[in-house]
Amino acid sequence: MAHPVTGSTTAPVAVPAIEVRELCKTYGSNDVLKGIDFHVDQGEVVCVIGPSGSGKSTLLRCVNRLEEPTSGVIMVEGIDITDSETDLDAIRTRIGIVFQQFNLFPHLTVLQNLTLAQRRAKKRGKREAAEIARRNLEKVGLAEKADAFPAQLSGGQQQRVAIARALSMDPDMMLFDEPTSALDPELVGDVLGVMKQLASEGMTMMVVTHEMGFAREVGDRVVFMDGGVVVEQGVPEDVLGDPQHERTQSFLSKVL
Amino acid sequence: MPGRAGDPADGRYIPRVKRSTRRYLVQGTLYVVFVLVVLFVVLSADWERIQPYFFNPEIAASLFPDIVLTAAKNTVIYTLIAFVGGVLLGLVLALMKLSPVLPYRWLATGFIELFRGLPALLVIFAFAFAVPIALEWRPPGGSTGAGLIGLIIVSSAYIAETIRAGIEAVPKGQTEAARSLGLNPLWTMITVVLPQAFRIITPPLTNELVIIIKDTSLLFIVGMALDQRELTTFARDALSSTASATPLVVAALLYLVITLPLTQLVAKLERHNKRGR
Ligand SMILES: Nc1ncnc2c1ncn2[C@@H]1O[C@H](COP(=O)(O)OP(=O)(O)OP(=O)(O)O)[C@@H](O)[C@H]1O
Ligand SMILES: [Mg+2]
Repeated sequence: MAHPVTGSTTAPVAVPAIEVRELCKTYGSNDVLKGIDFHVDQGEVVCVIGPSGSGKSTLLRCVNRLEEPTSGVIMVEGIDITDSETDLDAIRTRIGIVFQQFNLFPHLTVLQNLTLAQRRAKKRGKREAAEIARRNLEKVGLAEKADAFPAQLSGGQQQRVAIARALSMDPDMMLFDEPTSALDPELVGDVLGVMKQLASEGMTMMVVTHEMGFAREVGDRVVFMDGGVVVEQGVPEDVLGDPQHERTQSFLSKVL
Repeated sequence: MPGRAGDPADGRYIPRVKRSTRRYLVQGTLYVVFVLVVLFVVLSADWERIQPYFFNPEIAASLFPDIVLTAAKNTVIYTLIAFVGGVLLGLVLALMKLSPVLPYRWLATGFIELFRGLPALLVIFAFAFAVPIALEWRPPGGSTGAGLIGLIIVSSAYIAETIRAGIEAVPKGQTEAARSLGLNPLWTMITVVLPQAFRIITPPLTNELVIIIKDTSLLFIVGMALDQRELTTFARDALSSTASATPLVVAALLYLVITLPLTQLVAKLERHNKRGR
C-alpha cells in the first residue's frame, strides 16, 4: 500500500481506512442498522461494543460486503465498495477478517489454509506464499503446527491460525468479530495477546468485542452501538469510565 | 363401556397383556411359516434335476475366461464411464440448480425431474435407437455408446441432487471466509466448497456407483457386438446357447464380487462419519 504523504509524521492521514455514512440495513421488516456513521482512521484501533442484536456484526460484515447494505456509503481507503464497478475481490484482499467461529478450512492443513488465497487471489508463487505463511505462523506462536489439520488444534490455536491466515494476505486493516467469544476462558489470553501485538505494530483494526479490558487497554476509540445506531463514542476512558448516555451506562453496568 | 372410561388401572392393564400376547402370536406364526416354507422347498424340490440346471460345473468352466476378461471387464468399464460422466454432468446440473440465474435453475430442475421420472431402460433405449435416427447422429461407440450416454444422463439426474445437498451442507462460514480472503466465487467453489461437499456425500455417492454397476445390465437392450457384451448380456447369450441357468448364476456371483466390497466400503464410511460427528 503506497501512502500518499511521506516524511511528515504530524500531518493527519487524509483518507480514513474505513468510512461509513448513513448506512442502513434491513432484513425484511427488521431494521438492523438505522443510519450508521462510522469511521476507522489508518493505524487506529476502534473497538465496537454493544448489546447482543445491536447490529455490530452486521456493520462489520457490510464493510467488505459480506452483507449487502440497503442504503448508505461505505468507503474503504477512499474507494466506494458499494459501487458495482469496484473490484470487490481485490478490495477484500486488503481487509483481513477474523470470525467468532474461526472458519478455518477443515480439509486443508494449517499451511495450506494460509497459502490458498495468497496463491489464488494474490497470484503468489508456491514458495513465496509458504514463506509468508510460515512467517505469520511464527508471529502467532504456532510455527510448529504448519502441517496439522485444524481439528487437531485447540480453539485458541485455531483462532490464532485464522489471524495468521488473514495476515498472510498483507491486509491494510484487520476486522475482528468477537474473536474470543467462542473460546474457553483460559485460551482467550493468547488470542488477545496476538491482537495487542498487532495493534502495537500500527495495524488498523476494527474489533467487535465483549472484552472491556482489551477495549480499554488497546482501543484508541470505543464505539457503543445499540438498536442499530451509534449511541456514543470516544476514547476508552470516557466511554467506559464516564459514559454520558443512559443506554451506555446501563449496558456497562451489566458487563463490567 | 365401564372398561374404557372407568377404572384406569384396569383399562391400562388389560390391553397391555393382550398386546404382548398378540405380539408373541404374530412372531410365533412367522417362525412357523418360515420353517414350513423351508421344509416344503427342501422336500419338494427335485435337487437331482435342479442342481445341474443351476450349476453345471462343465458349463461354468466353459464360460471362463471370457466372462471375466470380456464381460466383467466391460461391466467395470461401462460403470466407470457412466459414473464419471454422471458425476461431471451431475456437478454441472447441481451448480446450475444453485445458480442465481433463474433460467439455469429452471433448466436444471426440468432436466433432473424429467430423467428421475423416467425408467432408465426407456432412456437408454431412446438414446440407442430413437435419438440417433431423429437427429441423424452417429453416436461414438455405436449404439452401446449411445446407450451409455443414456445411462450417464439418468445417473446424472440422481447424482445432481446428491451433490447439491452436499454443497448446501457445507457451512456458510466456509464460503464467507474464502470470499473474505479475496477468493473469487469459482475458486471458492473449487478449493473450499466442493472438496468438503464431496467428503460429506461419499456414502450416497458410493451407493450411486453400486446402482450404476447394476444398471449397466440394462445396456443389454442396445444389442451389443460380441466383444462389447457386459455381464448380463453375456450371461443371456450363454443361457440360450447352453440351455442352462449356470451362466446367470456365475454372472450373479461376479456382480457380487464387484458390488459387495463397495457396499462394505459404504457401511464403513457411514460408521466413520457417525463417529466423527
Ligand atoms: N441474515 C439475517 N437475516 C435476518 N436477520 C438477521 C440476519 N443477520 C442478522 N439479523 C438480525 O440483525 C440483528 C443484528 O444482528 P447482529 O448479528 O449484527 O448483532 P450483533 O450486535 O452482532 O449481536 P451479537 O453480540 O449477538 O453478535 C439481529 O436482530 C439479528 O436477528
Ligand atoms: Mg455479532
